[in-house]
Amino acid sequence: MNLRRDVFQALADPTRRAILLLVASQAMTAGAIAANFDTARPTVSKHLQILTECELLEQEQNGREIYYHINAKKMKEVADFIEPFRKMWDDRFNKLETIMKKYKTKN
Amino acid sequence: MEQKTKINAEEGKQELVITREFDLPLELLFKAYTDPGIVEQWMGTKVLKLESKKHGSYQFETTDAKGNKYGFNGVIHEFIPNQKITKTFEMDHTPFDVQLEFYEFEQLTDDTSKLTMHVLYRSVALRDQMLQLPFAKGINMAHNRLQDIVSKLK
Repeated sequence: MNLRRDVFQALADPTRRAILLLVASQAMTAGAIAANFDTARPTVSKHLQILTECELLEQEQNGREIYYHINAKKMKEVADFIEPFRKMWDDRFNKLETIMKKYKTKN
Repeated sequence: MEQKTKINAEEGKQELVITREFDLPLELLFKAYTDPGIVEQWMGTKVLKLESKKHGSYQFETTDAKGNKYGFNGVIHEFIPNQKITKTFEMDHTPFDVQLEFYEFEQLTDDTSKLTMHVLYRSVALRDQMLQLPFAKGINMAHNRLQDIVSKLK
């Protein structure tokens, strides 16, 4: 399982924000997305990978092509100001769980 | 994937509920809240005082990367082992009013447990402000990272 990436880190990059804006109106293939940027194709692929990993983008197989489209649910979640608050507690509780599991095996 | 930590903050209310299920026996979950050394580890704070009993009090001090110190304190109003803690929480030297926190600990199975944290604020505005603190920090961090990149380009 991939570690879930920090959504804010993903959004901090201007190219990635531009990709999200581009795909917002219609699903596009990686090639079509890359055609809109001067950056090298592998760089765009890396951006797409990051956006997909943090679930801002979703992939859809259509014949031989893979289309990328916005994950509206996730976008809404990020726009929702509560998410960072939830994540702060989630991180804290994950830490608590890890520490206590170690404590359990030690004692 | 189902989220392990859930927040319920209804609009227009001055309270919120945080729930979390743990892969830990109830006793271990409760211990994480009462053992000062363990609290220090997962909260990332220094525990100056923690009296886990009715009418006890606590004092924490957190130091950030820049060496700034932030203090937190409160009073324990109710303490029932492996079941419930009721306490106040206050940030030192801030305009934020004290908040009231109810922690309820439940056993789910022999190896799993659940925490329900019910937090009451003085006003709806204060609750919303507290909810937004980590969001503001996230935006700032994103912004700082951009500035770092820009400054390296020069």
